[in-house]
Amino acid sequence: MKLNVKEKAMLAGEFGPVRQIAIAHQIKVGEFFGAHDLVPVSQAHIMADTESLGESGVEWLEGLAQNTLEDRQVCIPTITDPRGTDFTKAKQLGQTEKMVELERRAINAFVKMGVSMTDTCINYQTIMAPVFGEHLAFGDTGVVIYSNSVCGARSNFEGGPSALAAGLTGRTPRYGYHLDEHRKPTHRFKTLWTPKTLNEWGALGGLIGKKSGNYWSVPILEGIEGHPGSDAMKHFGAAMASFGSTALFHVLGITPEALHARDLEYLHLPEVVITKEEVMGLQNSYRIAEEVDVVVFSAPQLSLMEMKSIAELCNGKKFIKPLLAMTSPQVKPDADRMGYTAMIENAGGTVFSGMCFYQSYAREIAEANGWKVLATNSAKIVNILGGYGYTPMLASMEDCVDAAVSGRLK
Amino acid sequence: MSGKVYKAKHAQGNSIEGECLSASDGFSARYDLDRLKGVFSRPAHKLFGESYKDKILVLDAAKGGVASAWMLYEMKSRNICPLAIIFNATNPILAQGAAHADIPMLSGFDCDITQAIKSGSRLRIDTVKQTVEVL
Repeated sequence: MKLNVKEKAMLAGEFGPVRQIAIAHQIKVGEFFGAHDLVPVSQAHIMADTESLGESGVEWLEGLAQNTLEDRQVCIPTITDPRGTDFTKAKQLGQTEKMVELERRAINAFVKMGVSMTDTCINYQTIMAPVFGEHLAFGDTGVVIYSNSVCGARSNFEGGPSALAAGLTGRTPRYGYHLDEHRKPTHRFKTLWTPKTLNEWGALGGLIGKKSGNYWSVPILEGIEGHPGSDAMKHFGAAMASFGSTALFHVLGITPEALHARDLEYLHLPEVVITKEEVMGLQNSYRIAEEVDVVVFSAPQLSLMEMKSIAELCNGKKFIKPLLAMTSPQVKPDADRMGYTAMIENAGGTVFSGMCFYQSYAREIAEANGWKVLATNSAKIVNILGGYGYTPMLASMEDCVDAAVSGRLK
Repeated sequence: MSGKVYKAKHAQGNSIEGECLSASDGFSARYDLDRLKGVFSRPAHKLFGESYKDKILVLDAAKGGVASAWMLYEMKSRNICPLAIIFNATNPILAQGAAHADIPMLSGFDCDITQAIKSGSRLRIDTVKQTVEVL
């Protein structure tokens, strides 16, 4: 890889041992993918819940954080994905003191490195929305696919070690979605039906992800009527990234790189038609039970408008099953102030801040609470939780709230 | 097929030999594994119930979330991890995770590598030549 004078100095350790480790890691990854150089990035977003990090990962972070202030501080705005707990509700979830302590240690290490603990996977709705053409080093697949597709920014999936490295060096290897040649459609889909609910958008995204194949596939979708808006695009993209490892999609007439068919060279691609029956088939493939143990709204964290919708559905109800609604620390105070939190919790639900369900020791909290069958409107979380021993079922927000009331998903 | 050599477009890590688990399916450390037990735990996965400890995994594509980048390092710290991973198509997360954990990885072949290499085969991975040989 071609390095400039500053990058060579970083690699030689002239900017301290932490930046030396960071850029060495970036060069290793860049050379694997054939990157010619590094590209400056303006933000980094680190996914680093402690279930993923484990004891060894936290120790690695603490080792970096022991260096001098000058050596260990990130040099661009660097923010975090959801944590593995909401400290005020860890006991309710059945999380152990060991889990919580590991979270505290990880947070301390990040803070020492100058990382802003935003604890959110909806930073594009709440912190600094990416700008068209902006190069980024974002973690969380849902954050990357939204930033690339809806905002027209440029990021690869950056795992925790790589996103932290980008925060420390202010750059990332220039490969994949930083390059024009990877942003053209490779798969062409057409729908004659436009989803209405968030679970339907998620199921459509999941199906396109499954059909697209892998990270290097870029689907374009034609046939959407009207404009879906931010929350629908959020669920659509998050599910697509989850089912397919997809990092960029285009929707004709909606996303900024596909406003007109002439903007992208894709008309030669074979058209694959997706029907409503096929999308509902994906949703129904998970509906193998009726009685539910827990209802979860999470993945991605809920926007203020989703919190409002859930609150209005919960208002005046009484739950016999736990209902967990997870949002960001930026949305939570507004939800409190506007009375949404109270409406959910008065019905027997719980609002969590700064965490996400599947990043919070999902297997262990299932065992601690006797949870097996889970109802959610998130296609992303349905795809993930099978591996954690759950029977997850996808349904509308309304049906999920009703399931918390009756204990059954209709 | 013994003696057959396949060339990869991308390679990293040390050269090694070992027995493989091969399947035409994806891979995500978070979605697919019980990392404490060291087995594939997602019921729909073609390697469901199989132990991946010290095996060379031969799989189709890297899938799922960014967590795998940390998880490979954590799995290696407990010595319950794959010996190496071979993909038809990797994604940045698994490549970054392999770099962080120092786990050998090959990706990108002229054929479907999951069809070319059968489970149980003994393989030699040469990351300098970017090849995998069926022994």
